[in-house]
Amino acid sequence: MKRTPPGVVALCMMIALLGTSSSTWADSLGKLKVGFMLPATGTFASLGTAIENGFRLYVNEQGGKIAGREIEYVSVDDESDPSKATDNVNKLIKRDNVDVIIGTVHSGVAMAMAKAAKESGTLLIVPNAGAAAVTGPMCATNIFRSSFSNWQAGYAMGEVAAKKGHKKIATITWKYAAGDETIKGFKEGFEQNGGTVIKDLNLPFPNVEFQALLTDIAALKPDAVFTFFAGGGAVKFVKDYAAAGLKKKIPLYATGFLTDGTLDAQGADAEGILTTLHYADNLNTKRDQSFRLAYAKTFKLQPDVYAVQGYDAAQMLGIGLNATKGDAKNINGFSQALLATKIDSPRGPFTLSSSHNPVQDIYLRKVVGKENVVEGIAHKALSDPGLGCKM
Amino acid sequence: MDFATFLIQCLNALQYGLLLFLISSGLTLIFGIMGVINLAHGSFYMIGAYMAYALAPFVSASFGGEFFSVLVLGLVLSVILGYLLEWLFFSYLYKREHLQQVLMTYGLILVFEELRSLLIGDDVHGVNIPPILDVSIPLNDMMTYPLYRVFISSVCLLLCIGMWFVFTRTRLGMMIRAGSTNREMVQSLGIDITLLYRVVFAAGVALAAFAGMISAPISSVYPGMGDGVLIVCFVVVIIGGVGSIKGAMMAALLIGLVDTFGKLLLPQVAGVLVYVLMALILLWRPRGLFKV
Repeated sequence: MKRTPPGVVALCMMIALLGTSSSTWADSLGKLKVGFMLPATGTFASLGTAIENGFRLYVNEQGGKIAGREIEYVSVDDESDPSKATDNVNKLIKRDNVDVIIGTVHSGVAMAMAKAAKESGTLLIVPNAGAAAVTGPMCATNIFRSSFSNWQAGYAMGEVAAKKGHKKIATITWKYAAGDETIKGFKEGFEQNGGTVIKDLNLPFPNVEFQALLTDIAALKPDAVFTFFAGGGAVKFVKDYAAAGLKKKIPLYATGFLTDGTLDAQGADAEGILTTLHYADNLNTKRDQSFRLAYAKTFKLQPDVYAVQGYDAAQMLGIGLNATKGDAKNINGFSQALLATKIDSPRGPFTLSSSHNPVQDIYLRKVVGKENVVEGIAHKALSDPGLGCKM
Repeated sequence: MDFATFLIQCLNALQYGLLLFLISSGLTLIFGIMGVINLAHGSFYMIGAYMAYALAPFVSASFGGEFFSVLVLGLVLSVILGYLLEWLFFSYLYKREHLQQVLMTYGLILVFEELRSLLIGDDVHGVNIPPILDVSIPLNDMMTYPLYRVFISSVCLLLCIGMWFVFTRTRLGMMIRAGSTNREMVQSLGIDITLLYRVVFAAGVALAAFAGMISAPISSVYPGMGDGVLIVCFVVVIIGGVGSIKGAMMAALLIGLVDTFGKLLLPQVAGVLVYVLMALILLWRPRGLFKV
């Protein structure tokens, strides 16, 4: 057997002694294990990077520690694949024994994560996925969201469209959870204010052959069109809508995902489109400007809404753990502290609803050049109804 | 649906069908005629689309001619890529089992996706329609039809006729077809089958990349774009009958029709209609519409 040189043993003992003599209680808990379960490959890879960057930026601002505990990061690529989600999240919970999970972008994957977190009691902060169920039927004391619910942005745009005097609107989206829930929110907001949705058009996710449905829209002649698409589909839809000649005849409304991170690719075809979201490119608040500057300096990239959501996930973790003196097992203390605090986000301050979803201002934005410029606040402090949540 | 709208929808169906033929033409060649199961077809398509995006600044700086110069340069590069791939990897696979072809081409997908992510990044990009084709034709009071889509459809028709002519009416086509039936026999007749197959494979890769380049302006360029087209390309080749160019064309048009009207009339099940069509056709004709 190889013997450890006595010098090394002595050094270790000295370090251990030094450690105990100067340690606070938080230090005795050891490093805080943060498990990122985000997409590192596939369509959503750049979103995963932005979220992780945002999170790390906040931790760096706190001197690399949260509630006095050093951070150890563990990452799993979720590939935005719901069928691998349960296995992946269990790697973090059971194999790596993480204190908190941060993830993810894809709603289907997030649902599997919420289920696993609910069963194991591990802290989970969702930094994007807007599925209603995460802060609805699946809600739990240890599950939080730093982003939005699909319903929120849709609802706010429904009110805006009604106030613009539109009576008959057609909707078009992908037939999957995020699309359906956004449209549902829009319908509620629009029909409560006197409008009617005359037709819901949809196509299977992630099909991007829109021509047939665009022809249908032209035949229906609605006052306006409301849509939910994101990523490559969003680019193609905006271009096809303009190429079919509809842009000049029928105004297009959408949630912010249609024009976030896609404006370069959409070019002039996106000009003037109105969208609703909880963030915009030029909020011109001190908080946002300092965040954007720090982010751009650290990562040589412009931040986007996903970076903000990652940053706020880290802020929320900080608030909760500060209240429990770094103890990630004290879920009740963590949750009570968060519910009682106003979170100072770059998007503007927000609170958490009783089902742990942000209660936040939804901005109305207009595409001008390569930016989503704020037109105003579409709905102040909008709260997701959190239907089906029992805690 | 009034009659005018119905006609426009038929036009949409036709145009989508032709586009499908275009993007599956490379697979018709490599899988249909050469018999290699090529899951990396979607990657070749993606490489083409990314070339249309990435080469554009370089081409406009050094050659001019914009989009069409990019097409030519992209074609040359993809032929070279195809030639090298066949030489380094695929030439060892003809005599192996299909499962090994599946494994290797799946591996290629992962490699190409990762390279794409490293070299270009994970953002969505747009490619401009060449200015002379960036015009719209008015259809009725509400709708216009982009001329670029008409251009794609005509390119596709020309391609189909060209492929059909080469494979059924020329000596080269005869050698290729003979090679796919019996490699050894063709070789013993004094034909350099290794070189022949290398060239055909390179042509298949070039076709897939060409499809990617030419559809980039309307489809935009984004990560994972190859995965989306891969399955539907296999459906086209299988419905049409493996190895038949006429069959692939018929299948593509049929799928265009079913997909377009499926989305309108049965939106709840639009996602599975194409596969139901495939199942029905294979029940009726187990070897596809035009078996070879």
